[in-house]
Amino acid sequence: MYANKFGRFMLGLYSRKTATACGGLQSTAGRSGFSWTAVCKQRTLWLQRSACLNTRKNTVPCHVRARSASQTTVDPDEVRRFQSLASKWWDEQGEFAALHAMNDLRVPFIRDNLLNVHRVRHPGKPLRGLRILDVGCGGGLLTEPLGRLGANVLGIDPVGDSIGTAQLHSSIDPDLCERVCYRASTLEELAAEEDEAEEEQGAGQFDAVVASEVVEHLADLETFAFCCNQVLKLGGSLFITTINKTNVSYALGIVVAEQLLRIVPSGTHDWDKFISPVELERLLESNGFSVQSVQGMLYNPVSGAWSWTDSTAINYALHAVKVRDDPHTEQAGGSSPHPEDHHAAATHG
Amino acid sequence: MTASRLQMSAEHGDDSGKNDVYDVIISGGGMVGSAMACSLGMDPNLEGRKILLLEAGNKKVMDKVPENYSIRVSSISPGSATILSGIGAWEHITKMRCKPYKKMQVWDACSDALITFDKENLQDEMAYIVENDIIVAALTKQLDSLSDNVQVKYRSKVVKYAWPLPHQAADAIPWVKVTLASGETVQTKLLIGADGPNSMVRRELGIPTVKWNYDQSAVVAVLHLSEPTENNVAWQRFLPTGPIAMLPLSDTESSLVWSTSHRLAEELLELDEESFVDAINSAFVSLALTIKTAGSLFRGALSVIMPSAGSPRQLPPSVAGIGPKTRVMFPLGIGHASEYIRHRVALVGDAAHRVHPLAGQGANLGFGDVACLTQLVSQAAFDGKDLGAMQHLLQYETERQRHNLPMMAAIDLMKRLYSTNAAPAVLLRTFGLQATNMLPALKEQIVAFASK
Repeated sequence: MYANKFGRFMLGLYSRKTATACGGLQSTAGRSGFSWTAVCKQRTLWLQRSACLNTRKNTVPCHVRARSASQTTVDPDEVRRFQSLASKWWDEQGEFAALHAMNDLRVPFIRDNLLNVHRVRHPGKPLRGLRILDVGCGGGLLTEPLGRLGANVLGIDPVGDSIGTAQLHSSIDPDLCERVCYRASTLEELAAEEDEAEEEQGAGQFDAVVASEVVEHLADLETFAFCCNQVLKLGGSLFITTINKTNVSYALGIVVAEQLLRIVPSGTHDWDKFISPVELERLLESNGFSVQSVQGMLYNPVSGAWSWTDSTAINYALHAVKVRDDPHTEQAGGSSPHPEDHHAAATHG
Repeated sequence: MTASRLQMSAEHGDDSGKNDVYDVIISGGGMVGSAMACSLGMDPNLEGRKILLLEAGNKKVMDKVPENYSIRVSSISPGSATILSGIGAWEHITKMRCKPYKKMQVWDACSDALITFDKENLQDEMAYIVENDIIVAALTKQLDSLSDNVQVKYRSKVVKYAWPLPHQAADAIPWVKVTLASGETVQTKLLIGADGPNSMVRRELGIPTVKWNYDQSAVVAVLHLSEPTENNVAWQRFLPTGPIAMLPLSDTESSLVWSTSHRLAEELLELDEESFVDAINSAFVSLALTIKTAGSLFRGALSVIMPSAGSPRQLPPSVAGIGPKTRVMFPLGIGHASEYIRHRVALVGDAAHRVHPLAGQGANLGFGDVACLTQLVSQAAFDGKDLGAMQHLLQYETERQRHNLPMMAAIDLMKRLYSTNAAPAVLLRTFGLQATNMLPALKEQIVAFASK
């Protein structure tokens, strides 16, 4: 996959973790944190886009792409590096233990809400026939369960190494490599492609977009919401899990989680980038979405398990549905497909 | 299923050596292994998955129920009957042959202490006596109807297992690899070991097992009763050498399970039929050997306090002859694997735990394992999880160990307590048994626990 190598060359090695984490990534970049905005601003994206277009065709030959990536384009040194990263990403008791545990909440949340919207039942593969985009997929922790449930999933992440790791991990499972694809890309790039190919009827449209633990790392949420709207079908679902901007989330989410208990590597989160559910809802509704539900999540560091909770003070999950194509029109307050849900405030049981 | 498998092999055309990867492989096609295969095959969340059952023996088909009873039987609790009914096998069993019993009488040879278990007014069944062959045949029949989801390979003995590493390492196999005697290899995301008390899966994993042999063997036979009777009572008498049990099979026949020392067991096998029958009859009706007075005094005292408690004593039916099949003996032991699971592996049935037959619980514990593991695997599939992941396997282990260990400890304790005729032990168990007999609430608890 060309996108892989170009991704790393163009974007440098932005990493979510600090210098203490991945040894292999030290050589090229010492920056911690990454910003979607900075990436967007690089107009040299054109080069990447042309490379991406060659490998654009989606679902059917997906497994071919995955196979060729792990066998011919990627050289052995890279494979070894991906494998060492894999042991970090895919160690359920390792650095990403909390993310692994979060699957217990977010997979049923996505699955059940999608099943409510799409009422066709396929026993054994509940999400069959649905196309899902996993934004900021990282090592594929959430992408794989969604693939196992029968959906065709495209995982994107600007960090090429994560994509390489994710591809390697899913390529060994014959069940997954038919349905799960990865691409080193940003959401803006993907949305721009969809724009180009709009004549191809619904060719690039997704039934659902998942942005789990991503929004708190973005600088430009307007663009993010706009792009989500672009790539979704009408009536498609947007799932976001993120952290609220409250005193409690500062105390527990940053001080305790990062510095004291080190549940998350230090420097991962920037409190200024957190967003409250009310604000996120306002943002989404002005971009053509209707928020269906918001639910609080709570992590128990002792048991290592997440649970649903009434309070959205720290972590929360949000489900919104695309109701309008044109995101720039001010909400007229008139007819809308889901008028009964506009009252949904911060917390929704 | 064949279509998707062909598609898979086409896609991996150039991955030479990439074998079929199954979702679940069950090693061992006995009662518990076959039940596991049926249970997974019928689960809606596992539809479209590839399940394989490996059995070293031949396919056990039973077109017609044989006239003679087979000597190995199991006592199936109502809980197990529910599980078997959920997987569609109980219907076949009742059509073939099974005997419900309503009452159980257990008494001590050393002191005449007695306890009876029965449901109110003998309305409901306590449990069922079913021949093991019939259970396996019923499950086989059910598996035949599930051939879309479940593949069964008979005469497939496993010679080697290769275990996966928890994290992806270069050139490491991520799945469990099973090598058969025929040279064929298959891989799986989850291996379920249902291969009996001498489990190869458990041994190859190096799971430490607490086990010891009882100094006892069980003699089993089919008994012909002197005269037809309603025969809905299970009888068990604790002799100093070990318990003798008579379990009803029909109005005219019963099954014998006599656990005794190895030497006595061998002697019993060598007796001619008439002497053997005499030995059985006298074992049940002989007068109490030791402490009679203390027992009857205690009973007298208790009946003053609680006059109405306790059912009257009955005598078991007398035996006239034994079935055409010769008697057999097999050694008894206890075993418990300290871990039921590893990454991508789970043990069920006798592979995980082995008990003394005196409480008739061995098969029931196994069916309980099947129900628990199926429910957890099904939920994991519905949550998009890797079927071999440790999280739900650990839940299975915890839940079943919590259930099985107390039961096994109780059975072992009973065995030890009743293996002696030393006075203190006899007094203790006499009082204990009689007191329990007089407390209906306690008896209900015991029956409920054993019926799960």
